[in-house]
Amino acid sequence: MAVPAIEILGLTKDYPSGFWRKRLRRSLDNLTFQVEEGEVFGFLGPNGAGKTTTLKLLMGLIFPTAGTARVRGRSIEDVAMHREIGFLPEQPYFYDYLTGRELLDYYARFFGFGQDERRERVTRFLERVGLSDAANVQLRKFSKGMLQRVGIAQAILHDPQVVFLDEPMSGLDPVGRREVRDIILDLKRQGRTVFFSTHILSDAEMLCDRVAVLVGGKLQGVGAPGEIVSMEVYAMEILFEAREGGPLPSALAQHATQIGGRYRVEVPEAELYGALEQLRSCQARILSVTPLRPTLEDYFLRLVGRGKAAPQTAEVSSR
Amino acid sequence: MSAIPGVVAINTFREAVRDRVLYNLIFFALMMTGAAILVGGISIGIERMVIINLGLSAISIFGLIMAIFIGVGLVHKEMEKRTLYSLLSKPVRRWEFLTGKFGGLLLTLVVNTSLMTLGLAAALYYVGRPFVRSDATILVAVYFILLELALVTALALFFSCFSSPMLSTLFTLGIYLAGIFSSDIRDVGMFTSSPAIQSGARVLYYLLPNFHNFNAIAAAAHGEAVPFALIWQNTAYAAVYVALVLIASAAVFSGRNLK
Repeated sequence: MAVPAIEILGLTKDYPSGFWRKRLRRSLDNLTFQVEEGEVFGFLGPNGAGKTTTLKLLMGLIFPTAGTARVRGRSIEDVAMHREIGFLPEQPYFYDYLTGRELLDYYARFFGFGQDERRERVTRFLERVGLSDAANVQLRKFSKGMLQRVGIAQAILHDPQVVFLDEPMSGLDPVGRREVRDIILDLKRQGRTVFFSTHILSDAEMLCDRVAVLVGGKLQGVGAPGEIVSMEVYAMEILFEAREGGPLPSALAQHATQIGGRYRVEVPEAELYGALEQLRSCQARILSVTPLRPTLEDYFLRLVGRGKAAPQTAEVSSR
Repeated sequence: MSAIPGVVAINTFREAVRDRVLYNLIFFALMMTGAAILVGGISIGIERMVIINLGLSAISIFGLIMAIFIGVGLVHKEMEKRTLYSLLSKPVRRWEFLTGKFGGLLLTLVVNTSLMTLGLAAALYYVGRPFVRSDATILVAVYFILLELALVTALALFFSCFSSPMLSTLFTLGIYLAGIFSSDIRDVGMFTSSPAIQSGARVLYYLLPNFHNFNAIAAAAHGEAVPFALIWQNTAYAAVYVALVLIASAAVFSGRNLK
């Protein structure tokens, strides 16, 4: 049986809180799931859900209260595991007195690459993230987007099998987001596993084989985006233009929304043909008919809405 | 033997250079030039003593300021700016990171101290005194200052593993001052009949770093030789003490949750 790329087994994290630090606040509650080799896996949740806590636990930056995790069969406590992973922290900050080239060269040294190989890799990965022209500029002069790119370069510089990205699209303009998406898809084509946290659901829907949704430190669901949300059509959207000076069908007029010179209306699937007939009789020009399905965003917002009733993180006990 | 501490050390040194830490050398150079001109004009026969006293004291104070103020920020800065997140996601153990940071600051202090020693030599040359064999004591005094700085750096690093820079500075300064007077602490125990105070004073004496033995400035100023035994003793003492403090630092830091 193939070893999963990532195995998370009952990870729990409590933080002390209060003046005497005697109370415990549970930030992550018994998190358990697996990510298979070669998957692009989205880790979704609102701010404070426990996404970054999970990533910090996996990176060994903090220690679990209970549970454990393995990456490609190796315990997260094993330093050799770090040879097989790459990590982009949320809002990355690097040594700003170094240039992009120096930073990547510095990190490459930890993997024991020789000088020639370091030079070749650094040049190749700077080019891959579109920073060749800024290779010799100090990081203190980099924009947020450039820092994010150099952060991605340092995460994949050593060709890791599993790449962890914490909010990789954050702070990027549309072009930058497109480039990051391309890098993720490229890593998938190479058979790498990509685990990324995000709250930008369109990115998750577009890129992920599977997603996990975390709210208030608790796992709400894991599966393919299509499994997580129902694929059933709940309405049909009709976009049309009315004939100049002509009336709108009275049955549709009260539900239609005008957008510029066009109208948009949602009707139940069973009433589609009747609505189209009415539009035809008024000589309206039908521009598009689109089936509407719940999106990951709808599912997510529903969960978050439910989560608001309870605190985001729960106080668990007193020591 | 892991090469990782060396990689971290070189980067720490590069950070110090690029953050213009070595600019303190300009102040030192100006001070030594001023002192040489002044002393040359007003002293008769004691130029050597004044210049050596002033120069070595300045080397020690400048080094201490650097060791404490940079030392307490070594770990804290990396945690605060979260540069540690990327670093520790690489195959780097926490003790390797700590040893590297210590080595990097020590390298900075060695370069800084060496350049200041050259400045001191230039000032001595300016006041028109030929170098003699007994001047080797100046180098011994500088070596002792470096040992002292290594100890202070290790202590600053240790405190920075679990407290804020402000508290770490106070703790390090406190231990440094107590370490200068550690012999007096032992003597206090002798003047009391209470066995508890005697034992307490003895424990403190052995626990605190004994900085008193590292001061060879007066011997260098008077051209007195420093016994070889003291050189070996201080070297071994500093090596063991630094190693113990670094082990304690690694133990504390290895279990720490990074915020």
